[in-house]
Amino acid sequence: MNKLRIIYNGLITENPTFVLLLGMCPTLGTTGSAITGLSMGLATSGVLVCSNAAISGIKNMVPDKVRIPAYIVVIATFVTLLQMFMQAYLPSLNESLGIFIPLIVVNCILLGRAEAYASRRSVIDSVFDGIGIGCGFTVALTMLGSIRELLGTGTVFGARIFPETYGSLLFVLAPGAFIALGFLIAIINHVRNRKQS
Amino acid sequence: MKKLPSTLTYMTLSLGVITIVAGALLAWVHEITAAPIEEAAQRKQVEAIRAVLPEFDNDPTAQQVTWTPPSGSEPFTIFPAYKGDVFAGAAVEGYSLNGFSGEVRIMYGFDAEGDITGYEVLSHAETPGLGAKMDEWFRMDIGHRSVIGKNPAETSMYVTKDPGGEIDAITAATISSRAFLATLRECYDAFKYYKTEKTVSHE
Repeated sequence: MNKLRIIYNGLITENPTFVLLLGMCPTLGTTGSAITGLSMGLATSGVLVCSNAAISGIKNMVPDKVRIPAYIVVIATFVTLLQMFMQAYLPSLNESLGIFIPLIVVNCILLGRAEAYASRRSVIDSVFDGIGIGCGFTVALTMLGSIRELLGTGTVFGARIFPETYGSLLFVLAPGAFIALGFLIAIINHVRNRKQS
Repeated sequence: MKKLPSTLTYMTLSLGVITIVAGALLAWVHEITAAPIEEAAQRKQVEAIRAVLPEFDNDPTAQQVTWTPPSGSEPFTIFPAYKGDVFAGAAVEGYSLNGFSGEVRIMYGFDAEGDITGYEVLSHAETPGLGAKMDEWFRMDIGHRSVIGKNPAETSMYVTKDPGGEIDAITAATISSRAFLATLRECYDAFKYYKTEKTVSHE
């Protein structure tokens, strides 16, 4: 499989949010605005690329029966490193993402890719898979964040599109996240089905 | 290299090596980032003090005093401000555990008379669009929203829904508003305590 195909696979065919429906908790929790969605996507992608590479690198040193704890330790290490760097150099971003940064440890996208991909493929392929899936997740979160921010407060990335009075608070809150995500998945599946048939 | 078999020796060795490497890596990065993290936290505090206080020329962080509220275990921090030798007011960092989603941490500024000169919400986990509005709501000069310029000794710092209250609560976020005002009242107590007991003349 060539590298571009791997990325295309993560971005479209196996998009973690719209197709695999993985990692729903941060998807719903951090998409209150476009910027937090984008940052959460990038943070998760960074950890995913590193953990995929590391897990693929050590795959033969880890006996099968202890692979899950070994992967969790690897993922948790990268997440903690990321959080320390964010606290030091991007404190305000760290605050707006809050609990969702440490929660990347238990994000099923990471463990899923470790199990399903990185533990069987070469390091290079795993890095590309991480980039692909990471881009897919980032694009999905940014889309959802932009839609919720627009419908909720009338802005996208802080740029005003229409006055705040017309925004609906519903979309900033949790129910809006479910509604927006549901419609997005429906639209994307519709487009995919049309393309296939 | 062939995959290692799942024997006790290999499993122990493999997990041992992974955790040691992970631990070493974390320790090393912690070493690098500890100072910047500390700095970022301090910068935020100093910025908040500057934002809420009137003019001063001492170093409030160097002269900080703590005060324990009757309702909590963790103390509030009082940052006194002096201009020349004269007491100019104080910034008080306080918290309430009764926010809609847990702890709310706010810094209030008082001038020498106890009039509120400003506030900064340092951290909170309130609902975006509702309780999170406390950042702007209580400075808006609309109706009875603003607390700026008012003195807790003269204005009853309760929401209008509560008996005698004189401050408008955030629409649909009364719990967050109560937490905000409760913190304000206790910070004012801390301020009074400092003013009556701790004011020092600057020699």
